[in-house]
Amino acid sequence: MNRDNDKGKVLIRRSLFLAGVKLVLFFVIIARLYYLQVYQADKYKMLADENRISTRLLVPPRGIIYDRNQEILASNRQNFQALIVAEQTPNVQATLEAFKKIMPLSEAEEEKIKKELKRKRSFVPIKVKDNLTWEEVAKIQINAPDLPGIVIDEGLSRYYPYGEKMAHILGYVSSVSENDEKDDPLLEVPGFKIGKAGIEKRFEKKLRGKGGNLKLEVNAYGRVMKEIEKVDGIPGERLDLTIDARLQTKAYDLFGEESGAAILLDVNSGEILAFVSAPAYDPNILTQGLSTKDWAALSNNERHPLINKALAGQYSPGSTFKMIVALAALESGAIKTDTRSFCSGQMFLGSHAFHCWKRMGHGYLSVVEALMHSCDIFFYETAQKTGIDKIAEMARNFGLGKKVNIGLDNEKEGLIPTREWKYKRFKESWQQGETLISGIGQGYILTTPIQLATMVARIANGGYEVVPTFSKVSEEEQRKIPKMNLRQADLDLVKEGMCNVVNIPGGTAYASHFDYNGQKMCGKTGSTQVRRITMKERQTRILKQNELPWHLRDHALFVGFAPQDNPRYAVAILVEHGGGGSSAAAPIASKLLLEALKLDPSNKTLK
Amino acid sequence: MYKYYETSFKNQSLTWREKLQNISFSYVMFILMLAGIGVTMLYSAANGNWSPWALNQLMRFGLGFAIMIVLALTDIRIIMRYAYIFYFAVLILLIIVEITGHIGMGAQRWINLGFIKLQPSELMKIALVLALARYFHSTSLQSIESIRGIIPPLLMLLFPAFLVMTQPDLGTALMLVFSAGAIFFVVGVQLWKFGAVILGALVMMPIAWHFLHDYQQNRVLTFLNPERDPLGAGYHIIQSKIALGSGGVFGKGFLKGTQSHLNFLPEKHTDFIFTMLSEEFGLVGATLVVFLNILIIAYSYSFALKSSSYFGKLLAIGLATNFFLYIAINMAMVLGLIPVVGIPLALISYGGTVILSVMASFGIILSVYINRNINIGKD
Repeated sequence: MNRDNDKGKVLIRRSLFLAGVKLVLFFVIIARLYYLQVYQADKYKMLADENRISTRLLVPPRGIIYDRNQEILASNRQNFQALIVAEQTPNVQATLEAFKKIMPLSEAEEEKIKKELKRKRSFVPIKVKDNLTWEEVAKIQINAPDLPGIVIDEGLSRYYPYGEKMAHILGYVSSVSENDEKDDPLLEVPGFKIGKAGIEKRFEKKLRGKGGNLKLEVNAYGRVMKEIEKVDGIPGERLDLTIDARLQTKAYDLFGEESGAAILLDVNSGEILAFVSAPAYDPNILTQGLSTKDWAALSNNERHPLINKALAGQYSPGSTFKMIVALAALESGAIKTDTRSFCSGQMFLGSHAFHCWKRMGHGYLSVVEALMHSCDIFFYETAQKTGIDKIAEMARNFGLGKKVNIGLDNEKEGLIPTREWKYKRFKESWQQGETLISGIGQGYILTTPIQLATMVARIANGGYEVVPTFSKVSEEEQRKIPKMNLRQADLDLVKEGMCNVVNIPGGTAYASHFDYNGQKMCGKTGSTQVRRITMKERQTRILKQNELPWHLRDHALFVGFAPQDNPRYAVAILVEHGGGGSSAAAPIASKLLLEALKLDPSNKTLK
Repeated sequence: MYKYYETSFKNQSLTWREKLQNISFSYVMFILMLAGIGVTMLYSAANGNWSPWALNQLMRFGLGFAIMIVLALTDIRIIMRYAYIFYFAVLILLIIVEITGHIGMGAQRWINLGFIKLQPSELMKIALVLALARYFHSTSLQSIESIRGIIPPLLMLLFPAFLVMTQPDLGTALMLVFSAGAIFFVVGVQLWKFGAVILGALVMMPIAWHFLHDYQQNRVLTFLNPERDPLGAGYHIIQSKIALGSGGVFGKGFLKGTQSHLNFLPEKHTDFIFTMLSEEFGLVGATLVVFLNILIIAYSYSFALKSSSYFGKLLAIGLATNFFLYIAINMAMVLGLIPVVGIPLALISYGGTVILSVMASFGIILSVYINRNINIGKD
């Protein structure tokens, strides 16, 4: 009995001890609850929000680009896409088959869709086809009962209504590549496109705008449950260019099949009204992404549609350089207004013969006549008298041999040689003969069409150092444009020569003259050889341009302005392998300037 | 204090009326409150729907409640008489499950009775306590303290524990070991024997490690370092802690737990229901549930103390310990204090057998209380 009593006591003692242990364990649990729910609550609240809130960037609409007359040059077009949501159709395959009956899908497209369907969760929409036309959208809508799970989605895609005509100004937008600077979370958005060339690239920041935020509540599988918050982004800013779409279109169309560049400037402000490099590419296609084959076709085209010839093409200026030589000679006193030289068709420097383009020679010529007839001998002699360094200085003053910096990529510098340059470059001294050929814009000299346009604009406006630009120039800015220290009489002389080129029978571009209510064009032709004419060929017969293969024909150039008094427009035309400046380039310049005059607001009353 | 030999003259049956009047009203209220919280949470787990869980649970609780009342009104001597028989019946069921489980590929832990999938391992938790209480009731302290006297109860534990372990159901096996261990402790098995067993277990641990299934090994490793597998096994415990912590002091509100309702929290209607409760009702709600459980266990202890029979005392303590293990292991698990072992929160988690076995336990505990003055001989 005693032992039994003990047995009961042991039970009670140990039970109470066990109860105490249990109580302690419960307090451990409560302490742990306190630790998690009070002490670490903030940390876990944040983690819970991270779990449930998915932030999506809202892509702002890209800024619209306008020309000077509010004409849209680049806009955002609704892009209709057909998407499939797997969970909304009882049979994905059947839906796709039905879709194919309405709109064929290529094998590659189908493959891609099936891959995506396997990879993604059933509520994630998958692209079936994009860039649908209105008719196609309507067709899908009508057949909607047969197409369960197909959804039409609209997004924005960049659209260039002028297509290739504006390609070398605007550039294009395309998907972000690995090399692009990742300075904005927007760039991480799938399908986001940024400017890759031209104005689109130059003004990327301005055009892009700021992304908005959409906060969504999602569940553990990523399905969107509801919208929590929406912060709208800031749309990209609009951009107003100095381009006149009508003149741009005209200029581009004038090239037809030819390859080359054309620039039309306002001589007083430097505003670019037309800026053509032909041929070009269609930015609308590049924006959607190009196949490797199409890309190869573009890059291997001998007329280089991807190269902006107006900026990146470097050509000998040829006879269009003669104004610079004449001005340098007149300014330095090497020649005078009435200095006359005799052209016999050739001249000798030592034993080396230099030829005029006219074999018979021009006889006695003044500087004005020499410009009008583009006499080579006169300018050989004048260059010789003036010296290369003075010519180079004048050329630089007129914007040659240095970048204009209009803000587009790949602009080339060109080249205006001097004695110093040659010594640095070749460790050789400058030769007399090199001065002679520089006098007719050949030899080392290289210029870009935009530089030539700058040059002629500065001649036309009386020596104001305008700089070509795509941005509007205010009147105040225009007043601040510095003026070169030149004698007005010398400039007038050169301009007179240029006007004679076009408007006096016998001038090299007489065929292209026009008279629009008394407003006429002045200018200068140029033709530059891309091959060497051998002595043998000179002695027999120099081959005509149309007898040569395309790539050996001369480059044709023309620089000009209009009207002759108080000029407003300057133009520079280059036709690659066009043959002669007077036959290939001058007619384009003439038509373009005439169009510019006709559209000029100050000429409205004349109509 | 009373002594059982003094009350032995009262060795007679109580009337139904007396029994009903003796049911502890507070005890039943605590049980109803916890079960009510459970059904509410199951309603929330289904995003505010009675199906598929809340209504089912309510019906099972109704059945469990009936079983509790029936057992409460049962004479404790009858319970004692059938203790061994019940134990062996459950043991046979365990063996049947073991055999059919092997035939039916993979782990099968239940017998389908149509309206409920009966898990013999859950019943074993009661059966083992019954059998051990019966055994120690008739054993002298001397015998308990001897090696020979401890062998039969040890076999009573080891045989079913081994069967459950091979199912494999590590959690339940451990629960059997712990509750039997607690009984061994309270009846007076010397502490050095526990020390020896624990030492032996530590030595055996590296060997046992090899017998653990991969997923069990993973659970332990993941417990030790949840970041080891943040998307796999560790995901559960990380998400559970996020849900708990983000609940804060007052919780996110009924039906407003983001972690639960957006499905970041796994098993929110079963093992992780306490997490969901803590997310929606915060520290306040969670502590309330803990205290209700403490009250139920404390009442069970007081019933044990008031019982005049050794069998009754041991039964109440053993079953209360069983209940405690459910609660403590589940809470410690979802709080990230111990590895995830798959023990539900009794009375609150969704699950048929658990609610029935727990309600049956409460019935037996109530019977101990009602029959507190009945003395039972050593036979």
